[in-house]
Amino acid sequence: MSATIEATESVWRGGLILGALAALCTTLVATTHRFTAPRILANEQAYLEESLKPVLGGIEYEQELSKSKLTLPVPHALPGNDPAEIYRIYADGEPAAALFVISARDGFSGSIKLLVGVKIDGTITRVRVLQHRETPGLGDKIESSRSDWLEQFDNASLGNPLPDLWLIRRDGGSFDQLTGASVTPRAVIKALKETLLYFETNRLSVFEAAADDVGETDE
Amino acid sequence: MNSRLSIVDRLRTGIWRDNPGLVQLLGLCPLLAVTTTFVNGLGLGIATLFVMTCSNLLVSATRRFIRSEIRIPMYVLIISSLVTCIELIFYAWFPNLGRSLGIFIPLIVTNCAIVARAEVYASRNRVLDSAIDGLTMGTGFMLLLCSIGLFRELIGHGSLLSRLDMLFGGNPWPGIVLVDGGFLLAILPPGAFMSLAVAVAAKNAIDQRRKKKKMHSTLRASR
Repeated sequence: MSATIEATESVWRGGLILGALAALCTTLVATTHRFTAPRILANEQAYLEESLKPVLGGIEYEQELSKSKLTLPVPHALPGNDPAEIYRIYADGEPAAALFVISARDGFSGSIKLLVGVKIDGTITRVRVLQHRETPGLGDKIESSRSDWLEQFDNASLGNPLPDLWLIRRDGGSFDQLTGASVTPRAVIKALKETLLYFETNRLSVFEAAADDVGETDE
Repeated sequence: MNSRLSIVDRLRTGIWRDNPGLVQLLGLCPLLAVTTTFVNGLGLGIATLFVMTCSNLLVSATRRFIRSEIRIPMYVLIISSLVTCIELIFYAWFPNLGRSLGIFIPLIVTNCAIVARAEVYASRNRVLDSAIDGLTMGTGFMLLLCSIGLFRELIGHGSLLSRLDMLFGGNPWPGIVLVDGGFLLAILPPGAFMSLAVAVAAKNAIDQRRKKKKMHSTLRASR
């Protein structure tokens, strides 16, 4: 009899101790969150602006980039199985360029997340790799910090070179390949071409769509 | 355990004799995964050091309430809260490093070296001693991460200390580039295992040589 009472007591005691510790730890995390949240948010904004700026190709823009964001849920006509993002850039009130966040599906390992800047006339301003899992030393040369391979797309459009030539040289196209890696360049080029095709057919609707809700709901 | 050991002795224990990674071979997941560059190793090392010290401190401070049936949930609670805190701190003050380490900051929770210190040491010793234990063991782990990072970066990328700016601010710094491109294998997963093997072998070789020397000198002295 007394053994059961003792056992019940011990369960209660254990539960109380765990509960108290949980409260303590939650307070710790909540306090840290409180102090770091504004900085983290500011960092994320700065990182976004920082990473979008290089592909703008010197176009002056008026509003905060993050406020012109348009997210296309899957399925969409752009490359990639994730929701695509489009940032619209206006200069003097007129549409000037669009920045696409897309992913090339056919990379060597997983998809390659790309940021593509396209001027209103359909020429690429610049391309940057945001995220990838390509082989270090081979496919990762698509990173602009590792080689200048991506620079060959500056000022390219569907008229320069013609759509049929959006291939690597080995496949009869007009773009350089990477030494030791051909799967990665093929995937990137295919995604870029699809993006340009999308922009050509949807140019008006891209700029007319309303921006996402910015602020608290946008995680 | 003997709490009268001097700090120097305990540092020697943490860094060399009982190094959590090198001798106890604990926490190998982060050790092998992030050490592709020196700065990554240092970043994760600092995070682990912080978590280990604080978790030892908290576990020791609450050791009066720890009962054997609920000790594991208690450790998990303490360690995971601390890891969440350090993750937030990284994203607030070292966002680039945070992005570079990615999932491996939250994964510090699963570093069994930390639970091991909580169970073996902190739950049985005084607060100050436990904090020192966390500090010395954490330092040992950090130094191992750094040296493996240094080694793999040198061989794999042909550079030294690249991207230190992620920790100390400033413009992106390519580091001291010795050769353009390196021996790729070193930064791939197999290279991680090989580097660790080299580190363990080197430690054992040094220990053995020391032992031999000591034996020779005692023999000579006894003659």
